[in-house]
Order: sequence, then C-alpha cells, then structure tokens
Amino acid sequence: MSVDLNTVKRVAGLARIKVDDAQAEKMTGELNTILGFVEQLDEVNVDGVEPMTSVVETTMKKRADGQSDGGYADKIVSNAPVHEDNFFTVPKVVE
Amino acid sequence: MTDLTKLTIAEARDKLAARDFTATELTESYLGAIESGNEALNAYIAVTGDIAREQAKASDAKIAAGEARPLEGIPLGIKDLYATKGVHTQACSHILDGFKPEYESTVTQNLFDDGAVMLGKLNMDEFAMGSSNETSFYGDVVNPWRRNGTETALVPGGSSGGSASAVAAHLCAAATASDTGGSIRQPAALTGTVGIKPTYGRCSRWGMVAFASSLDQAGPIGRTVRDNAILLKSMASVDAKDTTSVDAPVPNYEDFIGKSIKGMKIGIPKEYHMDGIPEEIEALWQQGIAWLKEAGAEIVEISLPHTKYALPAYYIVAPAEASSNLARYDGVRYGLRVPGNDIVEMYENTRAAGFGDEVKRRVMIGTYVLSAGYYDAYYLKAQKVRTLIKQDFDNAWADGVDAILTPTTPDAAFAPGEITDPVTMYMNDVFTVTANMAGVPGMSIPAGLNKDGLPLGLQLIGKPFDEGTLFQVGEVIEQAAGRFEPSANWWSK
Repeated sequence: MSVDLNTVKRVAGLARIKVDDAQAEKMTGELNTILGFVEQLDEVNVDGVEPMTSVVETTMKKRADGQSDGGYADKIVSNAPVHEDNFFTVPKVVE
Repeated sequence: MTDLTKLTIAEARDKLAARDFTATELTESYLGAIESGNEALNAYIAVTGDIAREQAKASDAKIAAGEARPLEGIPLGIKDLYATKGVHTQACSHILDGFKPEYESTVTQNLFDDGAVMLGKLNMDEFAMGSSNETSFYGDVVNPWRRNGTETALVPGGSSGGSASAVAAHLCAAATASDTGGSIRQPAALTGTVGIKPTYGRCSRWGMVAFASSLDQAGPIGRTVRDNAILLKSMASVDAKDTTSVDAPVPNYEDFIGKSIKGMKIGIPKEYHMDGIPEEIEALWQQGIAWLKEAGAEIVEISLPHTKYALPAYYIVAPAEASSNLARYDGVRYGLRVPGNDIVEMYENTRAAGFGDEVKRRVMIGTYVLSAGYYDAYYLKAQKVRTLIKQDFDNAWADGVDAILTPTTPDAAFAPGEITDPVTMYMNDVFTVTANMAGVPGMSIPAGLNKDGLPLGLQLIGKPFDEGTLFQVGEVIEQAAGRFEPSANWWSK
C-alpha cells in the first residue's frame, strides 16, 4: 500500500500537525519508503497466530478503588503555557 | 591525586569507603571534566552543579557516619527523558520547552535513594527517535572516538547518544539510558561502553517520557560490566505507579560476576549472518564465539526464523504507540504553545513548530497505520508477527540455550549527515530490535576495534529476568577482549 498527497494531508490533519504543500510532498515520498519497507510482513503467514498483548505473561494488577493521590492542582497547571485560577486556558471552543 | 574520573564505579565505591578521597572531590573532578569537555561533545544539555555538590556533601556525611548506601557519592549523568524534579526534562524536544516536572521518575528516585549524585541531563535523539543523536533539538552529540589519524566528527549512536558519549569521555561515572529498539546497546557499541536493556518490566517506566510503551525500558550505560550490574540493581524495582513493572526479587547482579560459564549453552542464531554486513563484524562475532568456547561454554547453532521481520514489525508498532503517546503535546498542559485562530489551529501550529522531522514522520506513520480501515492490515498483523518473534526465543530457551551471542550493530560509528535515508538509518537497530519485540534482556559489550580503530560491540540476549547470566557471560567477554578507550583526549580544553 502507498499513500498519495491527499492522504498525507488528511493524516496530518488527524495527527494535528500543520503541513504546507511542499512538506506534504516531501513526507509522501518518505512515508512511502517506510510503508514499502514494512510490506515485507506480507510474506509472513500469521494464520491462527494470536496478536501479542504483553511480552510478560502476567495478570493485570488492580488497585483499590480509592483516591491515592491529589490535592495539588497548582502543581498540575504549573507547567502550562497559559493558566488561570488552577485551570488550563485555551482559545474559545464553544460559540 | 590521580584523575578520579578514570575510576570505575566499583573502584570509586571502594576508595570512598576507604576515605582515599571524598564524594565532594569526586564530584568536583567530574564537574571539571564537563566544564572542559562538554563544549566539544555536547553530551550534557543541562549541568546541575548545585544539586551535585549538595548531594555529594550529603554523601560525605553518610560515609562519615558509616551509613554509606550502595551508590554513595557516585556521580551519574541522567538522560533527558527521565523526569527530574525542578530540572530540565524535555526528551530533547522543542515541544516541551521550559518543562520542569513537579515529580521525580522512579528510576532516578531509586538511584538517589541509594546515594547517587546527579551531574546533569544528557542529550538524546528527540523523544528517543533516532540512531545517531542527530534529531535532538539541542544539536548533535559528538563521539569521543575518531577514525585513526582523522579529526572527522562521528556520531555516538542513538538515541542515548549523550549518555554513551559522556561515559566514554569520562564526563560521568555512568549514565541512565533507555532502549525502545536498541537505544542503549547501539550507542554503547559505537562508543566502546557497556549497556544493558533489561527485561521489559524490570524497571519502572514511571516518570520516563513515553515513546512506545510496550517496548520502552530503562537501563544503564557504564564503562564495565560490573558497573552495569551495580547500577541495574539500584534502578530495578516493582512500582505501584507502573502496572507493567514486575514484582520479582531483584538479585544482587554483582554476585554473577566472575562465576564460571563452564557448561553453559550459548546459541548462535544463523539468521544474524546478514548480507552486506562487513567482514570485520563477522570476524568479531567468531572471536566472541572462540572466547566463550575457551571459557568452557558449549556453542550451538540455533534458528530464530522471524528475525528479519522484527524491524519492519517494529516500524509499525513503535510509531503507532508513539502517535498515541505524543498526542498529549497539544500546547495546553505543558511546554510550547503557538497561537492560532481557533483551538485546532493552535494544536496544529504548536505541533508543527514543536516536533522535529523524524518525530513528525513517526507520528504520521503511526496515525496512518491506526486509522480506520488500516488497523488490521498493519498494527494487528505486526502484533501477530511479534508473537512469532517471541516464540522463536521461547523455542531456543526450551532447547536449553542459556544466552544468545550476536553482533550489536551492523557497523561502527559513522559521520553525521552520512545517512540521510530514514530506512537506512533504521537498519542500525536490525540486531537489537528483536529483544525489544520479545521483551527479553540484551547487553552490549565492547569486543574489538575495526580497521579504522573504532569500537565494535557484541550483544548477549538472555531469558526473561535472567540478567544475571548476561552479566556472568558478559564479563567473560570483557576479560578476554579488554577495555577500550579513545586513544587521545582531544575534547578537553
């Protein structure tokens, strides 16, 4: 499978990365090289093979259903580029 | 006084205990080496002299009180991927501009709890995506090794290039690193240092900037096998904050050093004889086989039939997980924000400005393979291939193989800009990526020099949670090969 320019632009939109036409053009070539490389996997017969879910055979750990941490909203927002009264601030999203 | 930066961790530990010098003197020696050598190598992107001096002072008090902990006063470099409270933590990406965590990663906390001193944060490929340390926002790292008779700069490998370069150039006693497809072992091989990627789950990933969560694992790079054993003992732990960390006792890895390997079965996988690999690498591998045979090990040829599919499967699984992990960098919660007319444009502008080309490439591949209609063809298929890769190893262990010996990399260090095609760059990890895909431990040990005088490494791959055997066999190789240091210190002012 290979991607065309429009697909690359659509995927960039999904990935929320702004690309101009020249960048999209360049990426199309690079992504097709990588997709061409992974195409080797078509040679492998995976009939009846279970997909890997964990490399270590283990039962998923569960914790008690309770609060174990928290109470420091000021620390949570301390690295935000813009914040106000312990809230993250973003451009208006609801008209 | 002799140059304290020449000492291994084991030597420094013993001499500190004997009061031959103080932890403060040791730390000052390293800070001096960084001051004079870092400009040429660009291994550190932040030096934390104040923290180091304070920790060293505390170590001196502990030693004086007879309460020295296992790593008391040992100066380490920390890869920029580890969250360190109040200190530069950006995985060398522009998108985490100015980020200083309010918390400490479990691995660095474990090291500090054992008395280690932090000298600073080490350069790396952006988000650990790279094999040459050319993708860092903070510029290329330079390898202290040069080809005989030349002054051409060479890459230290990646993504833990700052860690490897700093250890090789004696700008720290050892360093933390991390390995998703070979990012500890490949740079270790290219700089003549020792590095181990432990079993998936051996170290907590909490507070490590995530790249591909099912593959990422912490580990050390040091100058000797024993130093790696000492460090891994401190780094490894079960952690309630990482449910994939495994609740199994952490052995005293140093106990394995010096034990005989007589009667051990070492597997030589025939699929690792690949076309286009230099004759020198093949010869080094044969030399390694001869050393182990001489030490009494039984050498057996084995087959790991799905080896060649590990790298293509990796380039589906790792980007897919990365695209998901890196979705958090949106200009809202931390780091860089580039304004836009609305919130979506703000996201898009921020991510366009904040991510470098290699990171964008991998996020794009990951987004594509996970997008509607392609999931089964790519991601699910790759995870099935991964099951087969793990089965290959399981079969070898079932046949009684104790460890597997291979080359670490397909070649020695190269010059920056020499490899421009992404897939050619990815081939650097062809021998290391299998261990990540199967979750098993792998260690690189320097084993010789090529015709240009550059170091080459051999890799040992072990059974899950059997790092002890790797230290045991690795030290036999180290004893036979000797240790390797750059022929001249050209980087110090």
